[in-house]
Amino acid sequence: MTWLRDLGLGIRFAAGGGREGWARTALTAVGVGLGVALLLTAASVPHLLTERSSRDRARAEVAASRDAVVPKSDTTVLRVNAATEYRGIGVEGFLMRAEGAHPVLPPGVEAFPGPGEMAASPALRELLASPEGALLKERLPYRVTSTIADPGLRSPHELYFYVGSDSLTPATGGHRLAGYGDDTPAEPLTPVLVVLVILICVVLLSPVAIFIATAVRFGGDRRDRRLAALRLVGTDIRTTRRIAAGEALFGSLLGLLAGLAFFLVGRRFIGHIELWNHSAFPSDLTPALWQAALIAVAVPLSAVLVTLVAMRSVAVEPLGVMRHTGSRRRRLWWRLLVPALGLAVLGLTGKVEEDAPVDPYPIAAGAVLVLFGLALLLPWLIEAGVSRLHGGAPAWQLAVRRLQLNSGAASRAVSGITVAVAGAVALQMLFAAVGDEFESMTGQDPSRAQFHTFSEKVTGDAAARTIEKFRATEGVERVIGTVETYVIKPGTFGEDEVTPTTSLTVGDCATLKELAEISSCEEGDSFVVHPRGDKELSDWVDETARKGEEVELNPAFGWDPKAKSVRWTLPADAATVTTSRDPIGLEHSGIMATVGAIDPRILPSAQTVAQIKVDEGVEDVAEYVRNTAARIDPGMRVATLASTERDRQYASVQTGLRLGAAATLLLIASSMLISQLEQLRERKRLLSVLVAFGTRRVTLGWSVLWQTAVPVTAGLLVAIAGGLGLGAVMTWMLDKTVTQWWLFLPMAGAGGALIVLVTLLSLPLLWRLMRPDGLRTE
Amino acid sequence: MSIGHTLLGLLESGPRHGYDLKRTFDEKFGHDRPLHYGQVYATMSRLLKNGLVEVDGVESDGGPERKRYAITDAGITDVAAWLAQPEKPEPYLQSTLYTKVVLALLTGRDAADLLDAQRSEHLRLMRILTDRKRQGDLADQLICDHALFHLEADLRWLELTAARLGRLAEVVLP
Amino acid sequence: MTPAGSLLAAHDLHKTYGSTPALDGASFSVHPGEVVAVMGPSGSGKSTLLHCLAGIVTPDSGTVTYGGRELSAMSDAGRSALRRTDFGFVFQFGQLVPELTCVENVALPLRLNGVKRKEAEGTALEWMARLEVDDVAAKRPGEVSGGQGQRVAVARALVATPKVVFADEPTGALDSLNGERVMELLTESARTAGTAVVLVTHEARVAAYSDRDVVVRDGRCRDLEYAV
Repeated sequence: MTWLRDLGLGIRFAAGGGREGWARTALTAVGVGLGVALLLTAASVPHLLTERSSRDRARAEVAASRDAVVPKSDTTVLRVNAATEYRGIGVEGFLMRAEGAHPVLPPGVEAFPGPGEMAASPALRELLASPEGALLKERLPYRVTSTIADPGLRSPHELYFYVGSDSLTPATGGHRLAGYGDDTPAEPLTPVLVVLVILICVVLLSPVAIFIATAVRFGGDRRDRRLAALRLVGTDIRTTRRIAAGEALFGSLLGLLAGLAFFLVGRRFIGHIELWNHSAFPSDLTPALWQAALIAVAVPLSAVLVTLVAMRSVAVEPLGVMRHTGSRRRRLWWRLLVPALGLAVLGLTGKVEEDAPVDPYPIAAGAVLVLFGLALLLPWLIEAGVSRLHGGAPAWQLAVRRLQLNSGAASRAVSGITVAVAGAVALQMLFAAVGDEFESMTGQDPSRAQFHTFSEKVTGDAAARTIEKFRATEGVERVIGTVETYVIKPGTFGEDEVTPTTSLTVGDCATLKELAEISSCEEGDSFVVHPRGDKELSDWVDETARKGEEVELNPAFGWDPKAKSVRWTLPADAATVTTSRDPIGLEHSGIMATVGAIDPRILPSAQTVAQIKVDEGVEDVAEYVRNTAARIDPGMRVATLASTERDRQYASVQTGLRLGAAATLLLIASSMLISQLEQLRERKRLLSVLVAFGTRRVTLGWSVLWQTAVPVTAGLLVAIAGGLGLGAVMTWMLDKTVTQWWLFLPMAGAGGALIVLVTLLSLPLLWRLMRPDGLRTE
Repeated sequence: MSIGHTLLGLLESGPRHGYDLKRTFDEKFGHDRPLHYGQVYATMSRLLKNGLVEVDGVESDGGPERKRYAITDAGITDVAAWLAQPEKPEPYLQSTLYTKVVLALLTGRDAADLLDAQRSEHLRLMRILTDRKRQGDLADQLICDHALFHLEADLRWLELTAARLGRLAEVVLP
Repeated sequence: MTPAGSLLAAHDLHKTYGSTPALDGASFSVHPGEVVAVMGPSGSGKSTLLHCLAGIVTPDSGTVTYGGRELSAMSDAGRSALRRTDFGFVFQFGQLVPELTCVENVALPLRLNGVKRKEAEGTALEWMARLEVDDVAAKRPGEVSGGQGQRVAVARALVATPKVVFADEPTGALDSLNGERVMELLTESARTAGTAVVLVTHEARVAAYSDRDVVVRDGRCRDLEYAV
């Protein structure tokens, strides 16, 4: 009962403390509110991802028709993927042709688009209508007749379309589809990914928690003085604690409401916001109920707990407030225990097999223990480090002495940085290790070609025409064009026998010389191309490519009863040569023939393939290439060469991580700034006195800088050491090698920027407080 | 307190009858101790003899003869000198100082100057006492302190009076 | 213009904060080694006069001359440097840096002048001994009594052997006994060192430690010396 009464009293104080009381409560509420809004957003992410993937799957091909041959019917649809990319942003879509009167419709589309008509997403529709979309309009010159509704889109800003065609056939790449809605169970995240996701959550959310804890303490000094006044009229210590708890409770409850308001208001605008080409429907941002409930309970509860813990180190006496500093030295052993425990858990878990089912929880727990252990270690380190600092210039002395007297506040704020930076460093190392491994496997050579197109549409002079058109495209420097298919050895083979198969590449002499070590070539020549240094594979090629003998040009013959046999004789004088690496990094082996030796039109299932090298200095060169491709064949796929593609993906993960870490750093910076300003204001008179003494502004400016710099630097050092350690252990667990040790440099830079930022932003107030007004008492 | 200087000061604003002088004096300074008329008469004859006042005229409309006094130039000089001369700091000085302040106000002189001069005088004595205290033994210190505290009280009164000169002028000026 | 032989002199100072005039034609002077009390009621402009004299506040008009140099003609940095080298300060309260020890507080003006730490703290200890507070040298200001703290402040004001010490109600927060002790030590040390003291106070007993007094009333200063 007394508890309730005292809490109520605290709430009354928080609500009725006049303007100053309200200002403090509002500051706390806004701080807590920001944190709560972030937590709610984070809690919505699983729902967001589920909704997106469920919409994604709803518009995917029904699983039943994907692997089997679907008979043509009144409802079936032929379609071909017409995805493209515009200025770095993916534009997905399909060319579709109805095979009957009642074609199945994808979600969000009301009427099947007629030939030359397009159903476009709102964002694509807008883009096509705008001057910025002119080049894309050239590529997608269709009449937009309808808009795809939200259920058919992954996110509000997605660029997506369906185009009706009257010429699409199975022969030109059309794939028959029976219906929509992929109902196979979604693949669960791999354990490695689960660990990464848990780590990311910890890294990005723990500073939020720390920020909330700091926000609850905003204006604490004034509150303590008010409580001292209460002690004077006879309140006992326990009651003052409960009153303080009541105030914190009120502030955090208001913060909860503010957070909910921020979240709900922010959610309404989320549909208009694009971040790294991602956007979300407001309705997708719905936190799971139990998580929302957890936030609603945990935030006020932790506000009360933080206040009670904070009050323990303060003695509120009737005549003032005493801080127990120096009396209680921080102990090291249990602070060391936590990260050690974390490392032990990780070590005991051992190496993770990439595909084997692994329990991700020990790994996540280990990582979390290490990260929080670092945050626990920090106050001790700062205290121990600062107490050894002496002397130096007056600015340094002022800052160090200040930290010696009270390093707790600084440590608390900085521990948020430590967790964020350590986690980000570890994650980046992990990503880098995984990414670099991939890179070294592909070994592509983007200096020879940057684009790779392929089309199912093959005409007699397909390769030649393709080459010509691409060559005429602005910004294109060189083009290699071929028609490719698989050929098999004629005859019947047993059930358990593999039909000898090899590939057939048709192109002009110049092109073939790019693909194999051919010294002399004339129109009409053919070659047998062996892989480099692999006797077994060369023999396998020779099984099909028998000089002077026939090969079956229709790979479906003998398997598909409807397939007709097409035979061609490999000339007896065909030379045997060794392959060389093509621009994509692939090695072509098998049979190579000039257009004079074989007419590509007779090839039943071939692809026209082009590799294109462009001058990257030409603006929008990628869009010109894609436009040409679309003119040749709307179903032609254009791939950017993998190495640059990977670079970009990897870079975007890194950028995301860095931006996330930067955002948390900013959050921490703002709380450091608020406490810095609060502290400066408290010292107004002292500052004026120091100025009267003739203290230079620079001296005081430096002292403010050192006050931020010393703990932040300590925090960064701990974070970098801990992050590198954790990253190395995690990399080892995933059985990868650490490739980049220097990834923490940007984080260290960000930390430095934070120091400068907090200092610069507190300087105006410092300058203002250094005016002699502070000396006026009259 | 010098009654002679006070009456002289009152005459500065214009010639008055003896009875008139007594009434004004009682009104402004007499409070619970009204001036005896004989004392006015005696004082005026002394001032007359010293040439500080002169008889401006005699009236006798039906009643007893009444002399009207006026201040001479020598009289004015005498009042000014008296006002400017700080009193020797001593306890219970207030009534004299009060009279001086009111007269200064009545005669259009700067009362603040008067108070400042008095303050300087007080401080001069306090300095001497402080000095003596610093060099003396404990007994000296205690004795000096007693005097210092009294002087300080006087000074505070001076300060307060100085701050209230404006209101005082409103009250005493007709 | 300035009285002959004066070290620091102000002539016809005007200063207005917002719409409130704080100084309205104040003049003042102090000679080397002289202790001058500035008296006057609250709000009369005493502190503003002191701030103008010390170059902390720039007057709206009028001149402050120190050692033949015009303060308003100096840069802010120049005035700050002057305050570091030639002036010392004692205030009523809130003047010691709470996180520095007492000896570090006393040594601060020397440190600001670029004196090495050891040397500065050595000099500081000498002054603390003279002011009878060397026993609290290692303590923080929060751990010493008001009288001790004020004496530490006096030691700090004198440590750089300034030419002028400005004391603004130096005993305001002390009882009479401690206040007098502080005044005794301050004036004695100043006289020994030949330091002039500008002492702002509203207490006559404190002012009695001066050689001369000046009254500020309504922003105007009655400096009889100046009238000469």
